Amino acid sequence: MLNYFQRLGASTLSVLERLGRASIFFANILLSIPSVLIRPRLLFSQMYSVGVLSFSLIVISGLFVGMVLALQGFYTLSDFGAEGMLGVMVAASLVRELGPVVAALLFAGRAGSALTAEIGLMKATEQLSGMEMMAVDPVARIVAPRFLAGLISMPILATIFSAVGIMGGYFIGVGLLGIDEGGYWSQMQAKIDFNIDIINGLIKSVVFGWVVTWIAVFEGHDAIPTSDGVSRATTRTVVHSAFAILALDFILTALMFGDI
Amino acid sequence: MYVSRSIEIIVGLFVAIGFLAMFFLTMQVSNLSGFNKETGYDIKAGFENIGSLKVMAPVSIAGVKIGRVTGIDFDSESFEAIVTMSIDSKFNELPSDSSASILTAGLLGEQYIGLEAGGEEEFLVEGSKLELTQSALVLEQIIGQFLFSKDGAD
Repeated sequence: MLNYFQRLGASTLSVLERLGRASIFFANILLSIPSVLIRPRLLFSQMYSVGVLSFSLIVISGLFVGMVLALQGFYTLSDFGAEGMLGVMVAASLVRELGPVVAALLFAGRAGSALTAEIGLMKATEQLSGMEMMAVDPVARIVAPRFLAGLISMPILATIFSAVGIMGGYFIGVGLLGIDEGGYWSQMQAKIDFNIDIINGLIKSVVFGWVVTWIAVFEGHDAIPTSDGVSRATTRTVVHSAFAILALDFILTALMFGDI
Repeated sequence: MYVSRSIEIIVGLFVAIGFLAMFFLTMQVSNLSGFNKETGYDIKAGFENIGSLKVMAPVSIAGVKIGRVTGIDFDSESFEAIVTMSIDSKFNELPSDSSASILTAGLLGEQYIGLEAGGEEEFLVEGSKLELTQSALVLEQIIGQFLFSKDGAD
């Protein structure tokens, strides 16, 4: 019995310890961001590997999500004779929810895991301690550019995801199911509000970009420097990111759209 | 770390596509190109019953959308619902005795406010109140009246 409580306390303490270490690590990243802005070339190369390489995945997934939304929405809406609202349904679901959330989940799987594996392997092969020996701060040189690149790339990717999804819904709705083209766009313009829908979707994607890259770089930096440790850290990045995205999405949705 | 020029170009292209997507969402998908809140004037109207009228519902005259409902409040002295509407400043020559009624778009559609122009020389300005109003039709009440009148006829 006593053993049980002892283990409970130990695991609680270790969770708190990791959270504290992650927060201190985040503060360190924030402090080294000015040094990244002095050398933006580090940021560009990371924007390439974090953002540009996720581009095709985001475009293809966005297109298919939009097409599926249009197909499924059509069957429900046509029961009520409200096919004209298809554009609103596709656009509202993408801009408010699916764009930021699905793009962030894909981003965590594509870019987050790669970041963790890269930084974890650098630690395992003692490149990070080698940098410290040469008086180069690894947080400023390695971690901060990756963090900033993820933070900038995520809203761009989510916006592209929503835009491509709406185009996909247009191809299916107007091209295949024969909905009136003018109605698709005009109903959308009448119902989607820039300040409520688009700005809030953008805020969501910034928050998701922050949490995913934070988890990814922390897990990589905190990984046990063995092949097993790096593989576990990579798994943890994807799992924890997914939890964090979905939980934060609920909180943000309740805050943003709760009273409408 | 050496960053080749082609990577910089590709990253630039990526950011440009992001801006393009944002532009598309702003202009083609949302209503930013439509009404701008700052350029309108507010008028009020009291209704006995507003049905399921919502904030952001359109305000139209002769079927043309001229504004939006910006606020719904309850007046505890007259027991009326006070609806605030923002009318686009382009339409600043509406007679001050115009009347407002709550209408429904289609059978199951959303409710909106329809204005009907009066004959007064003066125009509606910021803060004017519409005196002539017609409440929303509540389906349950109509069915109730119908059943009641049928009972009476028998």
